[in-house]
Amino acid sequence: MYGEGILKGLGVTLSYLFKKPVTVQYPEEKAPHYPRFRGYEFVWYEDRCTGCASCAKYCPLGTIKIVTNPELQPNVGNKYGLEIFDIDTGRCMFCGLCVEACPYDALFMGSGFERATYTRRSMMVHIDELRLADKQPSAFARPHLHGVEFGERTSLTSPEAGR
Amino acid sequence: MAVSALATGCQPPGFFDGQNLWHEWVVNFFPRIGDSICRGMGGHADGGPPNWLIYLVLGFLGSLIVVNIAALGVPFVVLLERKLLGRFQNRIGPNRVGPFGLLQPVADALKLMTKEDITPAAADKIVFALAPLAFAIPIILMFAPIPWADHASLANLDIGILWVIAVTTAAEAGIFMAGWSSNNKYSLFGAMRAVALLVSYEIPLVLSLLGVVLLAGTLNLSEIVLDQRFAPNILWQPLGFFVFIIAVSAELNRAPFDQLEAESELVSGFHTEYSGMKWAMVQLGEYAALIGFSAIIATLFLSGWKGPLWIPGYIWLVTKMAFILCAFIWVRATIPRMRIDQIMAFGWKFLLPLSIINIFATAAEVIAFPDALPYWLIPINIAFAGACVVGMAKLLGFQPKTRKIVIPGRPVIGDDTPGRIVPLMRGGN
Repeated sequence: MYGEGILKGLGVTLSYLFKKPVTVQYPEEKAPHYPRFRGYEFVWYEDRCTGCASCAKYCPLGTIKIVTNPELQPNVGNKYGLEIFDIDTGRCMFCGLCVEACPYDALFMGSGFERATYTRRSMMVHIDELRLADKQPSAFARPHLHGVEFGERTSLTSPEAGR
Repeated sequence: MAVSALATGCQPPGFFDGQNLWHEWVVNFFPRIGDSICRGMGGHADGGPPNWLIYLVLGFLGSLIVVNIAALGVPFVVLLERKLLGRFQNRIGPNRVGPFGLLQPVADALKLMTKEDITPAAADKIVFALAPLAFAIPIILMFAPIPWADHASLANLDIGILWVIAVTTAAEAGIFMAGWSSNNKYSLFGAMRAVALLVSYEIPLVLSLLGVVLLAGTLNLSEIVLDQRFAPNILWQPLGFFVFIIAVSAELNRAPFDQLEAESELVSGFHTEYSGMKWAMVQLGEYAALIGFSAIIATLFLSGWKGPLWIPGYIWLVTKMAFILCAFIWVRATIPRMRIDQIMAFGWKFLLPLSIINIFATAAEVIAFPDALPYWLIPINIAFAGACVVGMAKLLGFQPKTRKIVIPGRPVIGDDTPGRIVPLMRGGN
């Protein structure tokens, strides 16, 4: 039939008119991301970290600075207390080698990606920031940790994750 | 003097007497207002103001109303178009400014007013500044003969349709001025395409109108509306409606005929170099033409301000206009842009013969039934229109043919056909 293609196309657009739009209104609502999605931030669990500085050794750019002090936590077995744990994300290339190197699952890549700042100085992530940060670890480099169910994230933060 | 400012100014005594229902007031809103102003000024009595002054005041007020319908309607039509286009494309559309984005026109207007008004150094300055006016003003003139209700047109012109066609055609001069004076080759491309489109589509546009004119026996838009007292003209004139609505969308430079401002190739065609309020004038002209032509389509083919229910005529007209606007937006959201040679071929080979067939068929019907067309002609007319469209498409070969392309080179062993059959697209592969 002549004009069938045009009518079909008109039908397609008309059906879109009554569908829910696919748009996600970004700043107000966020699209769900998968557990292995790797953002631009680090998640650090202080109770698992022993201060071994593997991450700092494996970092190709040397962006991690660790200063340990055994006198800060003298009674917690074979574990150093940390005075400084700074990550210069301005120089970091987010290769994730530090996360792979960590033997105690204390360091993760995070799922957040809203880290735009106005100065280079503020891209330095200090230890207090890492302590207080909203922890949304990504399963990148530790896929076995996010459980059998895809989308389940509890096992990443469970107490037995690191030990 | 054919001008009837806000209907016929002072009505003769007794025209409204004895009917004080609010409903009658609402239905005859525009004539009532005109009558009240006329009486308030003293009417035609001795010692009152001279008649020319009354006509001047009434004409000025009526022009103010109609021009503001055009100028203030445009931002909201733009908003409607953006919203609907968004929904047709599975998006949301503007929703940042105000509730549901309703204040978006205000934000747009403020932005345009505060924008820098740039004139290119190489442009022809005078023509460049005049072109938006030459484009927008004739479009606004088009609103004069549209009947918004019974006895409520700004100018009850006896040559209403001719006036509309004449002023909208004059607006094309503004497009060519804009394209020429910008001193930019893409603007000039857009302007040349505008002129080509105008020449191709003005003829089927006017010829498809003639069917309606033959039925009504007049060019007066108010009379044409009154003539559609049994059924809207779309039922008597399906072929004319088909040709007219396609030719109008070409005349309005809308998709799929928006070759002259094709964003992907010509940036914006003739108004590439415009910014600020000059660009706003161009946009005003385009969308005012959209509003005006939807009013014309409603008037000519959908029985204008007349409706089956006791609802005021202007509300009927605006409702029909809204439907036509939505249909235009729907088509724009669906059909991709045609190539310029396809547009030309479509206009000259397809629409023009159809409109001529329509004239002769309508003339034969009017001669056969001089008083009024019988109702049993409606299905016949619709079937005739469908047969004409399909037959013309068959005659012109608007279907993919096949042709054999011989691929040169060494023949493949076991393959005894040294070519392959590919569908022949219109315009060549």
